[in-house]
Amino acid sequence: MRLTVNGKSVDVAAEPDESLLWVIREKLNLTGTKFGCGVAQCGACTVHLDGRAVRSCITRMSQAQGRSVTTIEGLSPDGSHPLQKAWITEQVLQCGYCQSGQIMQAASLLKSNPKPTRAQIVQGMNGNLCRCGTYNRIVRAIERAVKEG
Amino acid sequence: MATVLSRRAFVAGSAAGLTFTFTFTGRLAKALAQAGGFAPNIWVTIAPDGTITIVAPAVEMGQGAMTGMPLVVAEELDADWSKVKIRHSPQGPGYGNPGFGGAQVTGASRSTPGYWMPLRLAGAQARRVLLDAAAERLGVPVGELTTEPSVVVHKASGRRLAYGEIAQFAKAPATLPTVTAADLKKTSEFRLIGKNHARIELPEKVTGAAKFGIDQSVPDMLIGGVLRAPVPGSKPEKIEDAAALSLPGVVKVVALPYGVGVVGLGYQDVQKGKNALKVTWSKGAPAEKYDSEAVVADYVGVAASVASKKGVVAHQAGDVGKAFNEASRRFTGVYVTDHVYHATMEPMNATAWVKPDSVELWVPTQSPTLTMLTAAALTKLPPTAVKVNTTLLGGGFGRRLEQDFTSDAVLLSKEMGRPVKVIWSREDDVKNDKLRPLTAQYLEAATDDAGNVTAWRYRIAAPSIYARANPRAFEAAKGVDAPVLEGFELSYAVPNQMMEYLREERGWDVGFWRSVGAGYTKFAIESFLDEIARAHKLDPVAFRLKMLAGNPRAAAVVKKAAEMADWDGKRPAGRALGIGFSDTWRSYIATVAEVSVNRQTGKISVHKLWSAVDPGIAILPDNVVAQIEGAAVFGVSSVLGERITVKDGQVQQSNFHDYTLLRMADCPEIQVEVMATDNAPGGIGEVGLPPTGPAIGNAIAALTGVRLRRLPMTPARVLAALKERV
Repeated sequence: MRLTVNGKSVDVAAEPDESLLWVIREKLNLTGTKFGCGVAQCGACTVHLDGRAVRSCITRMSQAQGRSVTTIEGLSPDGSHPLQKAWITEQVLQCGYCQSGQIMQAASLLKSNPKPTRAQIVQGMNGNLCRCGTYNRIVRAIERAVKEG
Repeated sequence: MATVLSRRAFVAGSAAGLTFTFTFTGRLAKALAQAGGFAPNIWVTIAPDGTITIVAPAVEMGQGAMTGMPLVVAEELDADWSKVKIRHSPQGPGYGNPGFGGAQVTGASRSTPGYWMPLRLAGAQARRVLLDAAAERLGVPVGELTTEPSVVVHKASGRRLAYGEIAQFAKAPATLPTVTAADLKKTSEFRLIGKNHARIELPEKVTGAAKFGIDQSVPDMLIGGVLRAPVPGSKPEKIEDAAALSLPGVVKVVALPYGVGVVGLGYQDVQKGKNALKVTWSKGAPAEKYDSEAVVADYVGVAASVASKKGVVAHQAGDVGKAFNEASRRFTGVYVTDHVYHATMEPMNATAWVKPDSVELWVPTQSPTLTMLTAAALTKLPPTAVKVNTTLLGGGFGRRLEQDFTSDAVLLSKEMGRPVKVIWSREDDVKNDKLRPLTAQYLEAATDDAGNVTAWRYRIAAPSIYARANPRAFEAAKGVDAPVLEGFELSYAVPNQMMEYLREERGWDVGFWRSVGAGYTKFAIESFLDEIARAHKLDPVAFRLKMLAGNPRAAAVVKKAAEMADWDGKRPAGRALGIGFSDTWRSYIATVAEVSVNRQTGKISVHKLWSAVDPGIAILPDNVVAQIEGAAVFGVSSVLGERITVKDGQVQQSNFHDYTLLRMADCPEIQVEVMATDNAPGGIGEVGLPPTGPAIGNAIAALTGVRLRRLPMTPARVLAALKERV
């Protein structure tokens, strides 16, 4: 099956009902996208499909075929996306396992709404779980990225 | 890795202030030299270009150990922190935590307290080796030399030697210099400790480059999974695997003593294979009759049967019986806490490669030592034939002290003769956790007319963690289970006390869940104190401060948290404050919560938390703040909505739709004030959790007059309690 991943066209042997998450992780060896729950409850597997955040665990290859997928590895060439920088400045991460998904969700949010209010940030991020409890710092980092661009 | 530091020397040196001697083996020196650089001791390697590599001995699971521990070495070494690189500790007894008898274990908030003195001495020793080498080269007495960050300075002549330059000519001495506490910096001389430094591993965590256990890849690796018994302890008796084996991605089905392993090409193949299995499980496992609701009623009965059911006495002071007889008022309360699940975001996993005469593992483990011992026991190979590579952990919280995932990987790799990475599904993880014990706590107090607490009887009915997980420690303590009873002691001055542990086994294994005992003992103690204060119409803060008069560190955090929250000020309509205090892990904390409750739905909202914490010396102050914030959220999440129920030996929940964690919309604003003191640093990873439960419950009592004595405070329970009062 052919799709575009992080700007590059790739051919991958996969079945239509396979989960995009596991194809990304096991066949394309891009392990920055995480498996958390498998049922779209935690958001750890968030990637962009044609620029919009989706849960890759429940996205089938048939849905991704021919489309453009962006993973955390493709968000910026060198970790210099305003959100990635803000995540470091605010020292958001603890274990970090959910944070690829958090950052991808936030990037999608800012794409559709470049100046979100606090309430809009919370609404946009509410589907992403963080067991380490970094929510308040995530909000701060998004607000910083909005301000500093 | 061979033994490079005798365990005896390590343990002996762990008593703060004693002479501490590192032994050094030629083999390690050679290995480090090959890696390019001069190794003054096993903790430090200095490259000719001045790059200093420091070993981080505790695993990194989000608590900042990979940054904070090496910072302590760097401080005493007087290293230029910008030139420091961190290397995760290899597996080996030289890197063990004296707080765990020299084993490599990260947990129980013991990393900082346990490693604090050894790491300072290690840094000071490495500095001394450099000074000696510089003194010889410069031809001056070592006493004339001082250091600046990564430079040895001879003030009299103005000569300077950078650490990198010294590394080019220095030889490791045959016997390493002995350093003592007298050789360490005064806290006022710290340049690095107490200031904020960016966490070392965060840049790779924001790009997706960081490798957790689940991200490991070994050439020729297969993926594995295990279908576990619906009732723990049952064994597979009959396995129908034809359907599973007919799937194209399934390679093998393997009967294990506790389940059925499936090995395949990818995670989805393995899941399909597990789903296609038909297994008949053995009957009669002790867990089969376990029903959590029935056990609650049972435990409450046991805890409250003061006269007929005697427990193991864990603490005793004064004469409780006499004090109760002379009391002006008596209070009783029974507090109950349900099972809760760890919910690390990274599901359990492990990668193993079992070869005929050795094993290599890549595991997100909280204990490389236990991982090694597990693999050695299962393969019957000597521990020295096992190499453990510890990866980053996507959360630990006590769950990764268990080694069930290690067993899976070792047994399946052994069967396949190839590397196998085992990945648990979230459902496997929820249903096969080692949950926090279900508990019933009975408290009884006597007061005099002024409201002084004169007697305190405290009985905890719970199963044991240590009897299973650390039987030797359990035996040595004569049946007192330290983790189960964690936090039961009082910082408050109460002259007569009787504390009993009633060990009640019902066939269900339990484990270490963040804050372990203190997650429920502080809930009971702090809520019950609040009940007493309110009954005497005393202010809960003033009431606590009076009993903490002899404990200035404790009193200071209570005072500060109240001040931060404007305790005596007016609150917005429909809101109220409550306070909780904790003194566990040698750190002191008080937290005030501001709450409201929806009287139609019973849903509690926690709007704000204020925490004042005295961790002793704060190595990385912002990391202390982050840990308090995180543990507070963990606490609020569990207190408001986390609950595992078990029926007929089967866990009723399966994933995040029915085991709900706190989400951003319900996250309180959190303000943390770090009140660092010159005391030796206490633990910090768990400290923020214990006071949140009682702070919330006490605030609800202040707001509604209703006392919530059971965790979690689910909307249904809150609603029922509110109705009962009306």
